[in-house]
Amino acid sequence: MALRIRSEKDLGSGLLYLLLGSAGLSIALDYGFGNAGRMGPGYFPMVISGLLLFLGVVTLARSLLIEGSPITTVNWKGLILVTLSVCLFGMLLMGAGLPVALAALILVSAKASEKFALGAKAIAAMFGLVLFCALVFVKGLGVPMPLVGAWFSGILAP
Amino acid sequence: MEMLSNLWLGLSVASSLTNLGYCLLGVFLGTAIGVLPGLGPVATIAMLLPLTFGLPPETALIMLAGIYYGAQYGGSTTAILANLPGEPSSVVTALDGHQLARQGQAGRALATAAIGSFIAGTVSTLLIALFAPALAAVALQFGPAEYFALMVLGLIASVVMASGPLLHALGMILVGLLLGMVGTDVNSAIPRYTFDVPMLADGINFVVLAMGIFGLGEIAANLENEGERTLLTRKVTNLMPTREDWKRILGPIARGTALGSVLGILPGGGAALASFGSYSLEKRLSKEPERFGKGAIEGVAGPESANNAGAQTSFIPMLTLGLPSNSVMALMIGALLIQGIQPGPSVMSEQPALFWGLIASMWIGNLMLLVLNLPMIGLWVRMIAIPYHFLFPTIIALCAIGVFSVNNSIFDVYAMALFGVVGYLFRKLDAEPAPMLLAFILGPMMEEFLRRTLLFSKGDPSVFLTRPLSAALLSVAAGLLLLVVLPSVRRKREEAFQED
Repeated sequence: MALRIRSEKDLGSGLLYLLLGSAGLSIALDYGFGNAGRMGPGYFPMVISGLLLFLGVVTLARSLLIEGSPITTVNWKGLILVTLSVCLFGMLLMGAGLPVALAALILVSAKASEKFALGAKAIAAMFGLVLFCALVFVKGLGVPMPLVGAWFSGILAP
Repeated sequence: MEMLSNLWLGLSVASSLTNLGYCLLGVFLGTAIGVLPGLGPVATIAMLLPLTFGLPPETALIMLAGIYYGAQYGGSTTAILANLPGEPSSVVTALDGHQLARQGQAGRALATAAIGSFIAGTVSTLLIALFAPALAAVALQFGPAEYFALMVLGLIASVVMASGPLLHALGMILVGLLLGMVGTDVNSAIPRYTFDVPMLADGINFVVLAMGIFGLGEIAANLENEGERTLLTRKVTNLMPTREDWKRILGPIARGTALGSVLGILPGGGAALASFGSYSLEKRLSKEPERFGKGAIEGVAGPESANNAGAQTSFIPMLTLGLPSNSVMALMIGALLIQGIQPGPSVMSEQPALFWGLIASMWIGNLMLLVLNLPMIGLWVRMIAIPYHFLFPTIIALCAIGVFSVNNSIFDVYAMALFGVVGYLFRKLDAEPAPMLLAFILGPMMEEFLRRTLLFSKGDPSVFLTRPLSAALLSVAAGLLLLVVLPSVRRKREEAFQED
């Protein structure tokens, strides 16, 4: 029986377990194992990492032996835009303020959809959402998010 | 009669104007978010959780419970009207419910779901009031060895109940346990896996993890198949079931309630398994099984009652043992911890108002669902009709603000983005994230109980087998694991999760 990859999903998860297990194990080596009666901080993590490594090997072996389904195409565009939009929100929130950060998040993430088109309806919905969040979270619940960010405070200071 | 006085105390707590108001708000918001396609109860609760931070503990928990029931009912609504089950437990509701909707009978299906849920909710609330104190009394006898064994059983059970491949569920558990280790070790005060990032000293925030994996990861996955939606926007009419319907649905409701109540208590059980089980049961008992899948009202009544009963009784292990039996309960425990309450058997005796107030509010929440949702069905239909490309940026925005508000930390926002990517990759690999969240919550507790057990026994692990209760729990866990490895059981399990 020729060895070939029969299940891409098993291969992927097997590699993931091996990666996490070996990282977990090598880092935990510094923590002190102790012994069963007096467990060091490294005891439990090392046991878990060890089990993860074992499972990784089993899963890899399975990927060569048992037929499975291939990994479906990764929607890179959607994934990257969604992630980017959240990161932009994080970067802009304190500096530029909530409305700008939200607008960036909405505009960038909406690009991930095939169907989104920037029209009057979309812009109105965006303004509505920004207004809603400002009223509910900042005014209502008192979440400390600036409405006008630090970058503009010189210009627009109240 | 102690039960009655306890329930009375609970009712008096739950029916204070504030608590009633927050319960109503929770049910309303939970349904509103829950009907949005692609958002299950876990994502809904994670998103709305920050709203409860400023509230007193019992009010917060009452509101969260309301959100949970609302989200679950909202999920059924979407399953029936748009054939888009937001979570595993409403998958089977979609089978016959959506067929009914296509035949113009959406009103009957929705009303049946609501009535079934309410009856199931009422019965299981009484069951909780009856059995929770007894279970808590038993739990007070538990030592660390028993707790550890129980957690092992819970994790193994969640592997068995997970719908994906077994091996991947096991892997997800280990990944979750490892993620749970991040942060400062309580015994030695040594920071573990923190990479010198001060924000990780307290560990990964579970809201961040849940919102990233269940919120963002889900969205990225949903974006792959945009446009495959068949919403029935026709007006929903004929809400009340006919006399003929009542005859058909009462049996399934009773059986679904019984099945769901039992399965909900089991670790790893809860709503999803209950609804699958009830559907197969009704199909088997039916005189005309060929009607199932083509719009059989029994196929809505049974599973909907079962999943509500299961959702309810899964509170029992959470409240009495401090053990989450599914990811929703894991979120509830997280919420309790944020409120400074350590869930466990002592909650009932030390915080009777909280405990009984929550139980009474379960019933009130179910009543609200019944009276609130049927008249408001027009609003829910309109919410389902919002196109996804308007919806998902809104969800991302609410997740980002929600995560930020937990600790007012920008770092958490970035961490959520990272877990979104992780969650998407897990989905690509067929690895179900629910067991991981469970293990993440249980991890630190398990380590602590293991450490204490072995400290007392001076490192001798045989203590797990010489203490009868822990030995029993562990052998059940081992038995479960063996069972699912057997090929015949495995085939059955796969069948049960592919009922279509």
